[in-house]
Amino acid sequence: MNVYLDNNATTIVDPQVFAEMEPYFVQKYGNPNSLHAFASDTHPGLKTAMEKIYAGIHAPKEDSVVITSCATESNNWVLKSIYFQYILTGRKNHIMVSEVEHPSVIAAAKFLESLGCRVTYLPVNSEGIVEAHTVRDNITDKTALVSVMWANNETGAIFPVEEIGEICAEHNVLFHTDAVQAIGKIPVDIQSFNVDYLTFSAHKFHGPKGVGALYIKKGKELIPLLHGGSQMGGYRSGTLNVAGIVGMGKAMEAAVDALDYEMTDIREMRDTFEDELLKIEDTFVVTPREKRTPNTILISFRGIEGESMLWDLNRAGIAASTGSACASEDLEANSVMEAIGAAEDLAHTAVRFSLSRYTTQEELDYTLKVVKNAVVRLRGISSSYAYAPEGHESGLDAHH
Amino acid sequence: MGMDSLIGGTIWDEYSQKVTDLMNNPQNMGEITEEQANEMGAKLIVADFGAESCGDAVRLYWAVDPKTDVILESKFKSFGCGTAIASSDTMAELCKGKTVDEAVKITNIDVEKAMRDTPDTPAVPPQKMHCSVMAYDVIKKAAAQYKGVDMESFEEEIIVCECARVTLSTLREVIRLNDLTTVEEITDYTKAGAFCKSCIRPGGHEEKDIYLVDLLEEYEKEKMATAADASASGANLDFAQMTVVQKLKAVDKVVDDNIRQMLIMDGGDMEILDIKENGVNFDIYIRYLGACNGCASSSTGTLFAIENILREKLDENIRVLPI
Repeated sequence: MNVYLDNNATTIVDPQVFAEMEPYFVQKYGNPNSLHAFASDTHPGLKTAMEKIYAGIHAPKEDSVVITSCATESNNWVLKSIYFQYILTGRKNHIMVSEVEHPSVIAAAKFLESLGCRVTYLPVNSEGIVEAHTVRDNITDKTALVSVMWANNETGAIFPVEEIGEICAEHNVLFHTDAVQAIGKIPVDIQSFNVDYLTFSAHKFHGPKGVGALYIKKGKELIPLLHGGSQMGGYRSGTLNVAGIVGMGKAMEAAVDALDYEMTDIREMRDTFEDELLKIEDTFVVTPREKRTPNTILISFRGIEGESMLWDLNRAGIAASTGSACASEDLEANSVMEAIGAAEDLAHTAVRFSLSRYTTQEELDYTLKVVKNAVVRLRGISSSYAYAPEGHESGLDAHH
Repeated sequence: MGMDSLIGGTIWDEYSQKVTDLMNNPQNMGEITEEQANEMGAKLIVADFGAESCGDAVRLYWAVDPKTDVILESKFKSFGCGTAIASSDTMAELCKGKTVDEAVKITNIDVEKAMRDTPDTPAVPPQKMHCSVMAYDVIKKAAAQYKGVDMESFEEEIIVCECARVTLSTLREVIRLNDLTTVEEITDYTKAGAFCKSCIRPGGHEEKDIYLVDLLEEYEKEKMATAADASASGANLDFAQMTVVQKLKAVDKVVDDNIRQMLIMDGGDMEILDIKENGVNFDIYIRYLGACNGCASSSTGTLFAIENILREKLDENIRVLPI
């Protein structure tokens, strides 16, 4: 049986989404900006898609939702534009990001730091959550931007973006939130709180890869990252990804439709699955579940290195993750586990299961069985549970 | 960069079949108890290396015949990824039947080679080479315990890059012999720094006493000191070997001794603005002062004279550029 429980990394494309995209490859392949019927053929589909995207986040027409190539581009765009507009010009000298942001925010912030911008990395508490007061504590009259994600990709922890947005508004500081893990999992309404920029990406909610978006509030305009033929109102040049935009529109509509199911049925499946996992001895879940997106579990199995667990799961056809897929080629500990100050010996033991509306109960039952077997096998190999003669001084808890 | 590094991939694709098989089915995984060792008439050695907080840890069990020092049985338990488990397993296998002294000679490179499917294809991707180092370290720990000595006594030399087992003395020698100035060059010559990269600079997977960047800095300082000594002792130092400051002083001295008088007599002067290395050339930027400024000869005859004197006295690749 093949089971996909890595939906925070990417998702299956909804077949309805794929069907809507299909005509835009071989039939309606015109460049929307040209002056002929091939171009015009793309316009109704694009218009409908944009309407669905706007509706999905409750964006008013006068604001902009610029389609980009990915969330990484959207995040980079915000930070770099703020640098050009406010830091380089000397009007401001400071930005804040949380220490558990996606690498596309952290790495961009580090780059700005190398150019002389002061950056505060906001800490998380023991539940893996950024507390709003940390923003207030660090804000100055030279702060240009606060960037805090809506929901964390690794733990699913939901951050207090409403409160943070409020603090930013009070201090006249711009506020950006990376909502990649929020769309389709929890209600996203940009009119319900103060937010200037919001990032999301289609492939996290059953849309195609290569289509990201950045919501930009009217009056909070950014300067373009990509200069060129003035597509997207001059905000972002580059021939429109017609099929991608159509796909994002349909995926957004479907995600909004499925939100109730996500918030009730998926949550229930996740909770039951989590209860069963926690019955295994020496396990530990990060972030209380009511403070998490309904689909995510980051769980630590003591004595089992995360990659080993993935190995056994993969052999049984199950896809999970040790955290961010972007980090799978390096050797470092899960950064969220480190940030929340989890016991040091657990830093390398975290495994993430992330469900979607395509996950079935049967799949979770099968996964549970495989996990239990893997725990027995891998703890059997593990030095953490190994025999030692009396009086043996273990060195395994020390740094080398 | 290049095509192969652009899309990336999963590290598991680079594991040899042997590594995969051992991870799925470790052969020497297990424990030896005090009782089992006694039954064999052997001494039980239990050695630990690594730490869970670092991502890998291993416990090695040996039953050693006290009369012959032969390792009768060797087992392991390991916290770690697939390569850590496979390396520990291979290490335990290689220990069997050897004397403790022979076992100490097993290196992480032997372990990695034993896990290869074909002699020329590495068993693990570069960033996982580090896992085999732990297998080597735990043998030393076990041997030290058996002999009642310090673990460091088995290491005759200081190893800077543990993955490729490159010693401090080798690195120092290669850097000086080939006048290496970058980490990439060191890696090309010695393989040091090609694997887990911890030895390049602080901040990697593991903390080190000395890093490759320290060795480069050490050599750089040494060259500077040599140049300064040579110049202080009045020796005729090669212009190209001088530091920027020395070059500036040398040029200034030649100008003072040979050129400035001539310019002042005509009511002018010059100042040196900068010296830049430009390929093989040394570009000396100057500015004319007083009457020289705007004088027709300043860009022809006078300029050639200045350039010729500097070339003759210092280096034939000098170019003088008035601005």
